[in-house]
Amino acid sequence: MTAPVAYRRERLDRGIKVRSDDIFALAGWPEILYLAGPRVAAAGLLLVFPLLRNWTGDYWQTVFLVAVSMMLAAVSWAFLENVGLVSLGHSLFFGAGGYLTAIAVLDLRLPPLLAVLTGTVGAAAGCAVLLAPVLRLRGVYFSLVTFALPLLFARVIEATKILGGTEGLAGIPGLGSLEVRQYLLVVGLLSATFGLQRLLDSDYGLVLHAIRDNDLSVRASGIPVGWWKFGAVLVGALPATLAGAVLATHYHVVGMSAFALDYSVLPLTAAVLGGSGAMAGAAVGAALLVPLSELLRAFGTLRVVAYCAVLVLVLVSVPEGLFSLVRRRYHQFERWVPL
Amino acid sequence: MPELLTVLVYGLVQAAVLLLVALGFSVTFGLSGIPNFSHGGVYILSGFVCWFSLRKLGWPYPLAVAASVAVAATVGLLVYAAVIRPVRRLVLAEVIATFAVGVAMLELFRWMGLVTYEFNLPAVVAGSVALGDVVVDAHRLVVVASAAGLGLALWWFGRATRTGLALRAMAQEEYTALSLGIREDRMAALSVVLGSALAAVAAVLVLPLGLISINLGYDAMLVALAVTVTGGTERTAGLVLAALLLGLATVVASVVIGPHWSEVVYLAAIVTVLAVRPSGILGRLKELEERV
Amino acid sequence: MVDRLSKQFGGVRAVDGVSLQVRPGEAVGIIGPNGSGKTTLVNLITGFVRPDSGRVVFRGVDITRASVEARVRMGIARSFQTPRPFYRLPAFRNVIIPLCSRRARERLGSGFGRREEVALDLLEEVGFERDAAAVTKPASELPHGYLKRLELARCLALDPQLLLLDELFSGMSPAETASLIPLLLRLVEEGRSLVLVEHRLAELFQVVGRVVVLDFGRKIAEGHPADVMAREEVRRAYLGGEVSASA
Repeated sequence: MTAPVAYRRERLDRGIKVRSDDIFALAGWPEILYLAGPRVAAAGLLLVFPLLRNWTGDYWQTVFLVAVSMMLAAVSWAFLENVGLVSLGHSLFFGAGGYLTAIAVLDLRLPPLLAVLTGTVGAAAGCAVLLAPVLRLRGVYFSLVTFALPLLFARVIEATKILGGTEGLAGIPGLGSLEVRQYLLVVGLLSATFGLQRLLDSDYGLVLHAIRDNDLSVRASGIPVGWWKFGAVLVGALPATLAGAVLATHYHVVGMSAFALDYSVLPLTAAVLGGSGAMAGAAVGAALLVPLSELLRAFGTLRVVAYCAVLVLVLVSVPEGLFSLVRRRYHQFERWVPL
Repeated sequence: MPELLTVLVYGLVQAAVLLLVALGFSVTFGLSGIPNFSHGGVYILSGFVCWFSLRKLGWPYPLAVAASVAVAATVGLLVYAAVIRPVRRLVLAEVIATFAVGVAMLELFRWMGLVTYEFNLPAVVAGSVALGDVVVDAHRLVVVASAAGLGLALWWFGRATRTGLALRAMAQEEYTALSLGIREDRMAALSVVLGSALAAVAAVLVLPLGLISINLGYDAMLVALAVTVTGGTERTAGLVLAALLLGLATVVASVVIGPHWSEVVYLAAIVTVLAVRPSGILGRLKELEERV
Repeated sequence: MVDRLSKQFGGVRAVDGVSLQVRPGEAVGIIGPNGSGKTTLVNLITGFVRPDSGRVVFRGVDITRASVEARVRMGIARSFQTPRPFYRLPAFRNVIIPLCSRRARERLGSGFGRREEVALDLLEEVGFERDAAAVTKPASELPHGYLKRLELARCLALDPQLLLLDELFSGMSPAETASLIPLLLRLVEEGRSLVLVEHRLAELFQVVGRVVVLDFGRKIAEGHPADVMAREEVRRAYLGGEVSASA
């Protein structure tokens, strides 16, 4: 009598992955395509879309603009999550970018492009400084404060009527044409996604991940965790503040709504859905959610409810995110082997 | 120029309101380290349940109150079982998950259109009382008394009962508590349920002071955060002190500077406390734990 | 050098007026029954805990207010009683992290570009076999003895002048401890100072020339191992502890 055979699942790298892991990647077209294909295709799609204006119509071009902004915000969120900083109020960065750009243009009379750059970098620096006291505490406190800050800012603006009060700051000149704004964002997105990913894959990222997992040992290893986290917030905020800055020039006005919950929940959901382990994952998540959100416009706030439901579902069942799942399938195949 | 007494009395009332609203969140966070961001959602949910039982089902007041506490507790348990427990091992996933639940609840209410004037809760006791020159609603006095009572009850619970001590032990040193055989899962669930029930109590007492407005759900979270951060999670006395300070400060601010400046007070409180004394005004937590 | 350090936690005086001096190239042992404040003393010296009173001076500089990272930068490193590795990372990556600190970068100079090599070298020094699976497996899969050695490797990555090891030998087999003793002796020969908190006295006495005994946060004896162990109060502290444990 033989015992019943038990099976276990085994995951193996696909042949082509093994072949392209080395310098041999350059050996043949299949390998090059395998590696470069997805990246080139994605980047290509982003770069080409604005040129298809005549086919897609203005409406979808605007959706594209908003989508790329949210992809930036999602990448920003995901980067911070890798350091153990879970932001529950990413609209803080977004709104700060918008408001600072508005101030740069309206009060400081800077030309639009310079204003956008000032707004982006200035807002990132400002938010980093604002969040600095919380960085040396447990990660939870960062979440608490990022939850509270946008809400508080919105209320304070409403109450004290500073920064234009409920009307906001209007009259922000546009930044060239729609294409210019789109390409500015796309270039920003591609740099952010690939740049931040490289950062995370390097030893710098090794330390950041270690900070997330085991603060104490990192400090015992002689690394000033507080400064590193500060740096991470500064760098990580940039994509989000850029998005806020450019959108301010697009809508020509920035108001309390820049600190709205929507701009916090969407990047979060996108990053969790796509998987915050990979920057590209977060971007893909946003790329999926924004058009979907547009299509479901009729449902109003129910969309936010839906995002949250999706968020919880993904967290509970596929915490690594969809993108990681897909990527794993791309690189590996599974088979059952007898024990 | 408003009387000092008026400011003091209303400051006290405000402090009581803040304490009540914050208690649910603080208790859960302090006892088991779970930051339950659905607190605001449960708060408003309880308000609606009470309203529904009273106005639509025609139940007597005590029954309606009991119903909202029961529903809140059940929702808390569900949230724990379905959402918090599965993700507890992931770093900060409980933060994201409870946040999502809370937002979902509040925005669902908004979508359902529960935003008109008809949504309000009655005062526990009608009429008013005169304290010297100041006239105060009897209901507001009930609020103060309840806050004081709950504060005391919680203080006693944390110090004198086995469950309370066990929970506090767990919050401060999880591994040791586990090795002493305290069931972590049960305790965490209990703290969430307790927190949710407290949210319901707060809703029933505080919402009658105005309308049941969705934004109050987010307000409740803000208040809970401000009080918890300022007071620290170690000692009930810290929470009470924080509530008193913030209550007085907000009333003074709105009287002296202008309405809506209470938000600025919360902001300033959170930022200052976290920068200077992260474990709260009365906190003496070991530097290691709070700073790392 | 540690001067009259005191630290209180709640109602407990963990460390009570302890003074201690360690010279370069000297190995000192800190012993005492459980709860005598040994680990707290290490925490105070390395900056994980601030004292209520007293000073810590290192090479003439008062570091009482200095942060953990600052002290590491000056050359102080410590291991933890319960190992705290980066569980998700393989052993060699665990060692690369301290190699990314300012101190390591300063000490390595151009070697910094070869940090993977340096990490593997350090692991080899503490007893990992260079090409073994242990080096690349995630730390969560390593047995206790390996984790302790990994902690040591992480400390060595910082090229410390003062190395504090909290119960390094606990949970290790005699073979493992035997292999580490020559390494520790060599570190001392190189001019570094070693402070070892230990319960395994036999192994400890092979390394240190002087021993300090703590009991209830107070220093009750100090001197050559043999002399100290013969002292009445030391025996009472240890035996007294044993009696109450078995009661």
